[in-house]
Amino acid sequence: MDKNKNIERKVVFWPGNIIVAEAAIAAGCRFFGGYPITPSSEIAHVMSKRLPEVKGKFIQMEDEIAAMGAVIGASLTGMKAMTATSGPGFSLKQENIGYACMIEAPCVVVNVMRGGPSTGLPTAIGQSDIMQARWGTHGDRPVIALTPAYSDEVYSETIRAFNLAEKFRTPVFLLIDEVLGHLSERLEIPDPSEYELIERPRPTVKPEDYNPYDPSFGDVPPIADYFSGYRYHTTGLNHDMTGFPTTSQELGQSEQERMIRKVMSKVDEFESYEEYMTEDADILIVTFGSTARAAMVAVSDARAAGIKAGLFRPITLWPFPEDKLRELSKNIKGIVVPEANLGQLIYEIQRVAHCDAPIVGVNKVGGVPIYPNEILVKIKELV
Amino acid sequence: MQQLAHLKKFTEVADREIMHSGHVACPGCGAALAMRLALKTLGRDTIIVFPACCWAVIDGPFPYSASGVPVFQVAFETAAISAGAISAGLEATGKKGINVVAWAGDGGTMDIGFGQLSAAAERNDHIIYVCYDNEAYMNTGIQRSSATPWGAWTTTTPGKDFKQEHKKNLVEIMAAHRIPYAATATVAYPDDLVRKFRKAMSTEGFKLIHIFSPCPPGHKALEKDTILESRYAVESRVFPLYEVERGTDYKLSMDPPKRQVNDYLALQGRFKHLTSEQRMFIQHKVEEEWIRLRHRMRVSEAMG
Repeated sequence: MDKNKNIERKVVFWPGNIIVAEAAIAAGCRFFGGYPITPSSEIAHVMSKRLPEVKGKFIQMEDEIAAMGAVIGASLTGMKAMTATSGPGFSLKQENIGYACMIEAPCVVVNVMRGGPSTGLPTAIGQSDIMQARWGTHGDRPVIALTPAYSDEVYSETIRAFNLAEKFRTPVFLLIDEVLGHLSERLEIPDPSEYELIERPRPTVKPEDYNPYDPSFGDVPPIADYFSGYRYHTTGLNHDMTGFPTTSQELGQSEQERMIRKVMSKVDEFESYEEYMTEDADILIVTFGSTARAAMVAVSDARAAGIKAGLFRPITLWPFPEDKLRELSKNIKGIVVPEANLGQLIYEIQRVAHCDAPIVGVNKVGGVPIYPNEILVKIKELV
Repeated sequence: MQQLAHLKKFTEVADREIMHSGHVACPGCGAALAMRLALKTLGRDTIIVFPACCWAVIDGPFPYSASGVPVFQVAFETAAISAGAISAGLEATGKKGINVVAWAGDGGTMDIGFGQLSAAAERNDHIIYVCYDNEAYMNTGIQRSSATPWGAWTTTTPGKDFKQEHKKNLVEIMAAHRIPYAATATVAYPDDLVRKFRKAMSTEGFKLIHIFSPCPPGHKALEKDTILESRYAVESRVFPLYEVERGTDYKLSMDPPKRQVNDYLALQGRFKHLTSEQRMFIQHKVEEEWIRLRHRMRVSEAMG
């Protein structure tokens, strides 16, 4: 987001959940299908009030998979659509998330992560759904998950989630957590002139020439809005470019490969991360979301104690910014991976990092955020 | 003592207290009182199955449990089938005389758990299914459910967009499954409530008890008015007390002098935005439903 200094922005003091809802509306979201679940419910509350004001539609559904289904249906009519949930609800949505990937329906799924598994800790922080976002629904598919850490980033990443969903015709996950969802912070609402809004590719060919998964239009084929004059078939089954089911191995393979390729071949265009004092770092901290805020303090404290620590914070958690981490990890003496779970991101770091140095986790569950000092202790252990 | 013995003639509610103090319900909670009355009747040989709902919290955090009986807390949509499976397990292991009670809120019953409730009823699982109905998702912050009545404010039916759909009729839906016993109850009529639990305990197969359960924070009502709201719901015929045996035999439990629906609405802030025309609309709908209910009762009588 390009910040223009001459623009007067509205300043608000909002919790993350309200920011998500308002940013979604700013991004053009006009449909919300949801089910009550703590700690994400405030997003639904705001959407139920705000969407009718902007001629949008809010529907409270009877359960989580229905909410996901509603979002998919709305998306196919051409609307920008969103749902919001938390851990158990994210589990319940998974079948329809896979369906959205398969039919390539653009949509945004917000997960305000809480402690798990099962009912877990409805009112307290967890960061334990990141592997579920990556692998939760069955089958191979592209995954885009964004993990903002600050209120202004919650706003901008919500807008980006819609843009990426539209651009790639795929569900995009916005993963925040209970702390970010409920933490009120000062926010300067960006002016619409400061960001771009992307619309899905729509067909320009004659209706009789249209195929919903036509690879000749590239890896992201245009998608026609329902009842816009284009007739096509939608199915969760293996399908060919017409959208009808196929048992052809070759067509099945090429379609699935295209689905992955449409995102993975463009990673350079949207991969994002933050580096803090990594230039000369001996110890690298890799973390995301609200935990990264504690890590920032830990880096400063370590520097004050004479330890060259640095922070690498992926914002696009999936696809993981692997090239950058590989480069940063070359001459490092150790990597610390703090996360509010019992060790999930650390597997990705172990896979990607290009070093023989120790990789250690700082893992805390039970509903209390990781404190800077807990990270600092690990940094000191590695030196 | 003699005086007490004399008083006892006036109530069938047992002296014993199974549920004890220390629960974490809000003041004036109808669901807490309903549980207290139910357990007095059910006794200690009872297991309660909670899905996600207020009572999953009310029972208390470790190491406290206010219910005084074993509690099994399950996933949101699974109260009926979990209870059904426990009942089957007890039967298979030869353990008799244990009440297996699914105790779920209106969201867990009429929304997310609805498919599994229907399945357990169709299999005629030997359980008592209690829906304590506070007419919204109170535990997650007062979001509308399919049990929220027309015209009510909730956090997801805000402002002028108050709820535009009518409440599901749970007892009729379950009666259509032809279950052995279905009944409505509420905390303002404790004798009626405990009698229905006794009836359910002595009936084989699937039993439903639908308890109207005032929620002061969710209904925007005074804590002291829980019993009054509960009584007005019955007197105004918003929530008539009746039983249905074998899915077809309707029987009215009581027919108190009729009260205007507005008396019931006026106790609750969640209806305060309603115009007099809208209040009349609700009155009209309530009367229609009452006629239908009485008609079913006449059919039951005629068919013997």
